[in-house]
Amino acid sequence: MTNRMPRHLISIDDLDRSGIERVLDRAESFAEVSGREIKKVPALRGRAIVNLFYEASTRTSSSFELAAKRLSADVVNIRSAGSSVDKGESLKDTVQTLSAYDPAAIVIRSPYAGAAQLVAGWTEAAVINAGDGKHEHPTQALLDVFTLRRRFGSLDRLNIWIVGDVSHSRVARSDILAFTRMGADVTVCGPPTLIPREIEALGCRATPTLERIGEADVIYVLRMQHERMHQSFVPTLREYAARYQINQQRLRPEQLVMHPGPVNRGVELSAATIDSPQALIGDQVKAGVAVRMAVLYELLVGSPVLAAVA
Amino acid sequence: MDQTTRLFRCARPGADVLIRGAHVLDPRADLDEPHDVLVRDGHIAELAGVGGIDLPADDRLEVVDAEGRHLFPGFVDPHVHLRTPGQEYKESIDTGTAAAAAGGYCAVVAMPNTDPTVDSGAVLGSLIELARREARVPVGFLASVTRGLRGDELTEMAELRDLGAIGFTDDGKPVVSAGMLRKALQYQRLCGGIIALHEEDPELSHDGVMHEGAVSARLGLAGIPSLSESTMIARDSALAIYEDARVHFQHLSAVESVAALQAAKEAGARVSGEASPHHLTLTDDVVRTLDSRFKMNPPLRSEHDRRALVDGLRSGTIDCVATDHAPHAVHEKEVPFEQAPMGVTGLETAFPSLYTELVMSGELDLATIIERMSAGAALYELPTPRIAVGEAANLCLIDLEARFEVGEDGYVSRSANCAFHGRTLYGRVLLTLAAGAVAYRRPVLIGGDDPRAEAGVGADAGEAS
Repeated sequence: MTNRMPRHLISIDDLDRSGIERVLDRAESFAEVSGREIKKVPALRGRAIVNLFYEASTRTSSSFELAAKRLSADVVNIRSAGSSVDKGESLKDTVQTLSAYDPAAIVIRSPYAGAAQLVAGWTEAAVINAGDGKHEHPTQALLDVFTLRRRFGSLDRLNIWIVGDVSHSRVARSDILAFTRMGADVTVCGPPTLIPREIEALGCRATPTLERIGEADVIYVLRMQHERMHQSFVPTLREYAARYQINQQRLRPEQLVMHPGPVNRGVELSAATIDSPQALIGDQVKAGVAVRMAVLYELLVGSPVLAAVA
Repeated sequence: MDQTTRLFRCARPGADVLIRGAHVLDPRADLDEPHDVLVRDGHIAELAGVGGIDLPADDRLEVVDAEGRHLFPGFVDPHVHLRTPGQEYKESIDTGTAAAAAGGYCAVVAMPNTDPTVDSGAVLGSLIELARREARVPVGFLASVTRGLRGDELTEMAELRDLGAIGFTDDGKPVVSAGMLRKALQYQRLCGGIIALHEEDPELSHDGVMHEGAVSARLGLAGIPSLSESTMIARDSALAIYEDARVHFQHLSAVESVAALQAAKEAGARVSGEASPHHLTLTDDVVRTLDSRFKMNPPLRSEHDRRALVDGLRSGTIDCVATDHAPHAVHEKEVPFEQAPMGVTGLETAFPSLYTELVMSGELDLATIIERMSAGAALYELPTPRIAVGEAANLCLIDLEARFEVGEDGYVSRSANCAFHGRTLYGRVLLTLAAGAVAYRRPVLIGGDDPRAEAGVGADAGEAS
């Protein structure tokens, strides 16, 4: 708990195990704040946070906005549609313009890998990666670890399967890194067309079938995007669902199911499973605000001396 | 049309210079010891042991004290992009050939994927005129195989050859259709000229932006499998054998490609291949930084691939070094990796990168590098630079001990997208003579922190470069 926080959060690689634990511990105290009638703390009063979203987002953008507001920051939300980005302004010019307002942090989502890292080179603000292409989504991984830690106490030797379209998933990459860093054993499973060659280099196993899904303590199901079908990664959603859908027939009662949302009901998950007590999807969403408050707090305030936020 | 007339440059007076005491290394001339080299009117007039050339006391010729430096035959690059016509904001014939001279090159061959494409006599003719006005080292031109690089109609290859094209390529793109390439290879029997191929199966490389492997898996970037290149080399080698055509494979990047080239050579195909300094010295591991300076096509591949390229260059399976110098403007590269254009500059760093990463590390010997740096000339039926009495002076003088940080003094090229930017390299070019004229002279920096690098190149005589 003595390690220093990085200046930016671009990748799960920016945090070692104790750094992750420090964010999660902080998130626990903010989760407690969220249970109160007045859910606000004054930690970031007078400081500005810019949310710069170049891609559609419901959960991530709303939870970052709520997290910043609960820390009493002034929040500016910019979406590519209707902004100067629409008029062809480059990422660099947009970031330099916004930096003139002296924000404490810029939260960025981009369809391109490495965008957050580039932004970090162009601004004095702390930069938080809210998803860059298919590369990483570190705050999602942190809230997933938070959810699991609450349920299991620790991830050590937890057997986690990540099932679905790993190739196109930034969540999968950040989760593999975060879960393994916290001591879990990770297996990725999906159609061979959607599992990247040499994914094992990230520290996980890979398998094309659900045959041994019974081993898993937790099954993390990824969203199956409809456009993948048109690119022939899978012949049909019907065949995908037949082979890879997580449903009550395939689950043991004690296995838990997670999903980053939004879910395609009846494709990667059956409706009954989504609505069953085995699904942690609601817990994940709830954790989003507390964990993002913790990330903002640790990057922008950070010192343990100020730990008495409540 | 004889071979020298396919190279064009601005007419310049022949140099008169005595280079004294440099270690002269020309593997083709079997030279590997300190010598004095006298250049008169642009030709090598005398070659003697150190101190063996007597000059009249009143001779006003420039004398370069080059003891401790190395003198090599000038380098020849069969693969550069000078971006002219159409993209002069990236590079021009003037700046591109200046960068070549600064890298020790005495001749370069420019690719036709310009805007407009070099696919007609009118475009080629105007380029040749421009080169005669501004090229600092001799430049040759390849014309495109197909009109507009579209892959569906041959250019007027015979006329383009008559006007001065060295050969043909659709570089930047493969000739996807085997049927179209076959017709070009058949037509070569009429018009001659090498056909150089950028090998890539677009169905396999698809929307890839880097090598497919552990690093692309980590970064979530779409990968370009090595097979995208090697399957096309195998296909086109078969076509070359069937049509008895002369084919050159550009910028090899993968172990499978080296094997395919070797197999083709063993089967008697008239094929040759090149590799770039960046593919010979870097791997996809550097792409972890997501710095667009490491984005090029073909992509940097694994250490296994890199070693196969070095082995291929050593054995001669890969015939020559080519930079694939591909300038892009700062604003084009200053974007996320996936959005950035493919290509890196390389003329100014080719020798220092190979010397530092391969010779100093013991992977290759210096003589092999020097031979491969100009071996592209013969492949393209151009004169090979030689250090011998009576030859035109095509020379570069290099200080192997001079250490520098790439980019610290900026670049001579108009663009800065160099894959070696910020690296510390050894081997600084001090003087380049191209086709008899001084093409580059390292500026003397008064009070510079590395006086060794600057000393010895006389600034008091000869023309300014």
